[in-house]
Amino acid sequence: DNERALHTSFHQLILEQSSLIEADLELELQERSRDACAVSWPEPGQGEEHPSYSSASLQILASMPSRTIGRSLGAIISQYCNRTARLRRRSNRPPLQQLCRAARPSLRQYNLDTDPASTTLEEKRRLLVKELLSLSPSQCSHVLLTMPLSLEEKPRAVPVVPCCSPTALPFSCPQGCRGLWYRLLSLLRTAQPWHYALKQIGGRFGSSVLSYFLFLKTLLTLNFVSFFILLAFVVVMQAVYPSAAVSPQPFTGLETTGAGSFTNSLLYYGYYSNVTLNDPCSSSPEGSECPLAAPLLPYNLPLAYLFSVWVSFLVTCILLVYSVSRSFLGSVRSSTAVLAIKVFCAWDFKVVQRRSVKLQCENICTQLKELLGEQSSRSRSQSRCQVLGHYLVMLLAWVLALGLASGCVLGVHHLSERMHTVSAQEILLLVVPFVVSLLNAVMPHLFNLLALWEKQDSPVTQVSVAIFRNLILKTMVLILLCYQWLSRSIICSAEECWETCVGQDLYRFMVMDFIFTLLDTLFGELIWRLILEKRQKKKQRPEFDIARNVLELIYGQTLTWLGLLFAPLLPALQMLKLLLLFYIKKTSLMRNCQSPSKPWQASRMSTLFITLLCFPSFLGAATFFSYTIWSVRPSETCGPFRGLETIYKSGKRWMLVLEKSNPNITWFAWVYQYLLENACLQFFMSAALIAVIYFNIQVVRGRQKVICLLQEQIAKEGEDKAFLIQKFQNVYEQRRRRS
Amino acid sequence: LGNYFQLFFYCLFLLVYRLHGRYHEMAPNVVPMDYTKDPDVKLPMQLIINMPELKENPFKERIVASFSEDGEGSLSFNDFVDMFSVLSEMAPRELKAIYAFKIYDFNTDNFICKADLEKTLNKLTREELTDEEITLVCEKVIEEADMDGDGKLGFADFENMISKAPDFLRYSLGNQVYQQKPF
Repeated sequence: DNERALHTSFHQLILEQSSLIEADLELELQERSRDACAVSWPEPGQGEEHPSYSSASLQILASMPSRTIGRSLGAIISQYCNRTARLRRRSNRPPLQQLCRAARPSLRQYNLDTDPASTTLEEKRRLLVKELLSLSPSQCSHVLLTMPLSLEEKPRAVPVVPCCSPTALPFSCPQGCRGLWYRLLSLLRTAQPWHYALKQIGGRFGSSVLSYFLFLKTLLTLNFVSFFILLAFVVVMQAVYPSAAVSPQPFTGLETTGAGSFTNSLLYYGYYSNVTLNDPCSSSPEGSECPLAAPLLPYNLPLAYLFSVWVSFLVTCILLVYSVSRSFLGSVRSSTAVLAIKVFCAWDFKVVQRRSVKLQCENICTQLKELLGEQSSRSRSQSRCQVLGHYLVMLLAWVLALGLASGCVLGVHHLSERMHTVSAQEILLLVVPFVVSLLNAVMPHLFNLLALWEKQDSPVTQVSVAIFRNLILKTMVLILLCYQWLSRSIICSAEECWETCVGQDLYRFMVMDFIFTLLDTLFGELIWRLILEKRQKKKQRPEFDIARNVLELIYGQTLTWLGLLFAPLLPALQMLKLLLLFYIKKTSLMRNCQSPSKPWQASRMSTLFITLLCFPSFLGAATFFSYTIWSVRPSETCGPFRGLETIYKSGKRWMLVLEKSNPNITWFAWVYQYLLENACLQFFMSAALIAVIYFNIQVVRGRQKVICLLQEQIAKEGEDKAFLIQKFQNVYEQRRRRS
Repeated sequence: LGNYFQLFFYCLFLLVYRLHGRYHEMAPNVVPMDYTKDPDVKLPMQLIINMPELKENPFKERIVASFSEDGEGSLSFNDFVDMFSVLSEMAPRELKAIYAFKIYDFNTDNFICKADLEKTLNKLTREELTDEEITLVCEKVIEEADMDGDGKLGFADFENMISKAPDFLRYSLGNQVYQQKPF
């Protein structure tokens, strides 16, 4: 029976070794009775630690299961045999009656079943094969991958396991064919875009700078998804059935301001028609009868427009939440074993160049010194005066930072008031975007200086505080702009087609943002490096400021999401911008920068970036979109929603049309009316969500308690072991003295 | 090479062709192109630690020694493939933890004791830390990670500590993929 045939590792090993030890002991006693001769113990280090132990005890210590686990082949095989058996049994839980009633969880519950029959290595191998064959293919391949046996052992240990490789071809295939197949597979792996470029960057600058470029790649994917949805369902349809009312305008030089020939093009909201395309009924005048022939493939553009934008937001939301949860799971750190983790996990094996390796050694040295300093300062108690002084400085710095941010926002507000009342020329419309981008470029440097003056305890806090202040500034500016766009008291107040106007404004902001990023790369990196080289003799290059660059990316992406409703082709623009940015930043990085010296934990930072993208940025854009749909009145003369009270009403109108046309689907209208629009259901769903979150929190807390108890138990087992060894030693000494 | 195609680690399938090429070019006079007769060829440690991927790594001798079957550091082709399969991105966390433990265990007694830690730190920081700092760091590490109170880190302690480190799989020992321009 399979259950009975479970093989133990330690029990067997103890029996094996104890029989060996007894034989050795007998021999040794005989030898000692003749002459005192030194028995060389296998572990020289042990002798130094336990100088009072006899050689026999040391031999036993050396052959304990915990010390031979990596070395004894039989032990490895049996251990993995057990694991596969446990994997197989995982689905069947032991019945409740058999569970131990003890209040504390016990290590002894996890005990391995004992098997008194002794088996040879060959039998163990056969058992392992049997176990593996009974697993599912994916579990089987996972176990085989994790077994630490050498390559020579594995094929012998598992001669015929046909379960695993999805890529293995049948062996009847000729060798050339196989070679081609493997080449194709390896091509697939390297065919990911920018595969080699990213490896190059990681090899020279490490994983933290690489995380910026990976983030850029993520943004490109998100934009591609939105772009594809809008292109397929809205832009192409309108392009195929162009709106008759508008004639194409000639190309003027004002395209950078978003105006000129772009105004009445596919780029903006105003171009899109509000009728069902390809429907002969709509082209006939009001009041006349419609021919009875049904239209072939009518396409309701307003509905398509609304739904496409809504679906692209939904898909982006799902992708973001998935990324956040995945990276969050991977980055939860414990605060207890910080130093140990730093020693064993800080070395970034990706880095292979000599200079970068040297830098990495220096970084790790600095980080260890800082951690030691932190821990000693924590233990050092500060005087009350110092603590008070420190808090005062912090308060002052925060007040200053918030004051600066508010000042910037007010300045932008007044400037836009002045510009938009005075403007007759298109070019003056570029001033506000210019000023906003200038502030976004300059203020972070001021915040960095402020943080330096403040002198925080740890550099990580310093960096986080600087990021946070930068984020506050950008958020406040964006909120002001959104308010201006939606209220239209200052901007686009005189326009008939205000949506197109807002779209144009967003286009200008995006173009300015790109230009400023280019200038920032040029001045911040290239020219700064030249200055540094001239002034200081040694070759010191500027560092690549990851946080600032990432926040710029997030800002640009927020602008794209805000403008999705008003300018459907904005994701395409953003994609182009990101592509250019990748190559420019990479070139500048390679030529001008050095790797960052601040302690960046790359995984934690990438979680932070994607969380920032999700929460302030995407949530804000989604709120803006929802508000625009629900409460803002679309313009009368242009766009797919002209004449309606709100954009949302178009959905309602469609429901009524649907109900009238086909009485069989009144249930759909009922669902729409009572479930989607009813506040009660949403309240109920929020309550259910909160309950689920609370439940998960309690489960996590319970698990942490179990972990604490188990750790105590491990410590106690260690004490037991030391006690037993000492006892054994005493018994041996007594026996020796007696004999 | 026919024998190796019977293995079912598909990550190895992708690399075996290229790896044999790299192994061969390190010592073209010694390594045969034809492995069907299973020749017993081993390359010494000195040749392997001069590979561009390992040359600058402070732990290169330990890495090669952990995969060597004869304990002296010379690798046969089997061991060579083993090494790159564990160091690749696709190897699972448990396997990496086992080999990381072997790498940091300088005196191969299956425990990371204080002496091992001191050597690790010296290699990590190129001996920039003072003696007191090294002692302090070693004491704190053992205090933090040792659970059964024997004053050194066994494999269970090491694995437990690694499980709390999110960076381990991605950055440490995870990505020593050899660099080669694709086609």
